[in-house]
Amino acid sequence: MWRDAVLVAAKDLRIEARAKVALNQVVPYALVVLLLFGFAFDQDRPLLVQAAPGLFWLAVLFSGLLAAQRSFSIEASDAAIDGLRLSGLEPAGIFLGKAVAVGAQLVALEVLLTGGIVVLFHTELTGAGLLVASALLSTAGVAAAGVAYGALSMGLRVRETLLPLLLAPVLAPVVLAATEAWRAALRLSTGDGWRWLGLLGCFAAIYLAGGVLSFGALMEGT
Amino acid sequence: MKYTEVTSSTRASSSALASSYTRATRVLGWAALAALALNTWWGLWLSPPDVVQGQFVRMLYVHPAVATMCYAGFGICALGSAAWLWPRLRSPRWDRLAVAGAEVGAVFCAATLFTGSIWGRASWGVWWTWDARLTLTAVLFALSLGYLALRRAVDNPESRAMVSSIVAMLMALTVVVDHYATSWWVTLHQNTTLFKVGPTVHGWQLATMLVSFVAFGLVFAWMVVHRYRLEVLEEQYEAVGLQSALEARRSEVQGLTGARSPAEVPVR
Repeated sequence: MWRDAVLVAAKDLRIEARAKVALNQVVPYALVVLLLFGFAFDQDRPLLVQAAPGLFWLAVLFSGLLAAQRSFSIEASDAAIDGLRLSGLEPAGIFLGKAVAVGAQLVALEVLLTGGIVVLFHTELTGAGLLVASALLSTAGVAAAGVAYGALSMGLRVRETLLPLLLAPVLAPVVLAATEAWRAALRLSTGDGWRWLGLLGCFAAIYLAGGVLSFGALMEGT
Repeated sequence: MKYTEVTSSTRASSSALASSYTRATRVLGWAALAALALNTWWGLWLSPPDVVQGQFVRMLYVHPAVATMCYAGFGICALGSAAWLWPRLRSPRWDRLAVAGAEVGAVFCAATLFTGSIWGRASWGVWWTWDARLTLTAVLFALSLGYLALRRAVDNPESRAMVSSIVAMLMALTVVVDHYATSWWVTLHQNTTLFKVGPTVHGWQLATMLVSFVAFGLVFAWMVVHRYRLEVLEEQYEAVGLQSALEARRSEVQGLTGARSPAEVPVR
């Protein structure tokens, strides 16, 4: 399973390195979303500083939706998924590989977006340990859920509209917990940020385990 | 062969349903209507206004019962999905039960948000507040809409049952995480008042509230039974529809080729 996961992750990242869709489309999109949040808050600097963690995670959520969709649109073209099914790779390995590839792209995006909120929203970075730990756990959750739901909506006629409807409410607890953890790390709230990590860890564990167990059925199902 | 003839032959050949109601569901429906009427009468006329909440206490005779039925609906969906996924129990019945629970649960969830919003405006002064239980119910509503949209998007019944059961299970687990997330976040909502030792609701209020639970429970049961049977009818319709299209094509070809028997005509 692990070997298959490495193969699939390397394949997806290689496709990404060649096609540069995340770099040329998803990253600019996420930065534009940050700019639009600035317009929505009318340059209100204190408000932007307060809202920065939430806006950051919303931008990650929107980009995560695109990354999940992209992860399976590369399989849908030329019926590549049939090749993947017939390759003899374990479905659990395919799931983990795809999740790692989506997660790696999201981590790179988060680094860029962090720069974005520092520049645009005047965020001062503090509590690096909590920031990084919560970001990694959240990314694992978003990637695992994104790949699981991306797989099941792949074969459907209405996948472009169905995936956001399915995934956005599912990722609601991640956005909530990650925002609270970041607010605590950036000293915007007095709450204990570390306890949100448990919740993010549970979410990631549920979707990683759920994906490993059900990915074969999800791929065959649609 | 015409559609009606096909229907009657299918009906004769299997235990097909003729409609979504039976004598028992009619009795259930009338009982639900009678209980709702009793609930309205007791809730609006017999039960006195509350010392603290005044007339707004009458929402107590709608909102908690409706919210409970919403959770019951989603509970049935989760149970039906779990049973379908269990290989020994696998049967289309569980899938039908899951969709019936989810759809009726979604209706009651919308009603919960609607009545809760009215009550919130009356007692907290706002239509909506970022309280844990409210937020969770709103997310639950969005999840149920996603689940129902997914069901409509998959055509093959077997695939639909498999995919929607897995999604229902994943969503049920998400709800548990969501519960903690929202309750850690903030809470304003009233705690349980009825199902605990020494309830804080008494007399007419308690009696009317219990009647509301019976009334909405009966409405819920009636809706779930009908939705379940509607699913059976839909499956029948799909089977009959295919059969009828085949028959129509055969007779069309037969008309063109003269007196050849249907067995000789290739079906394309």
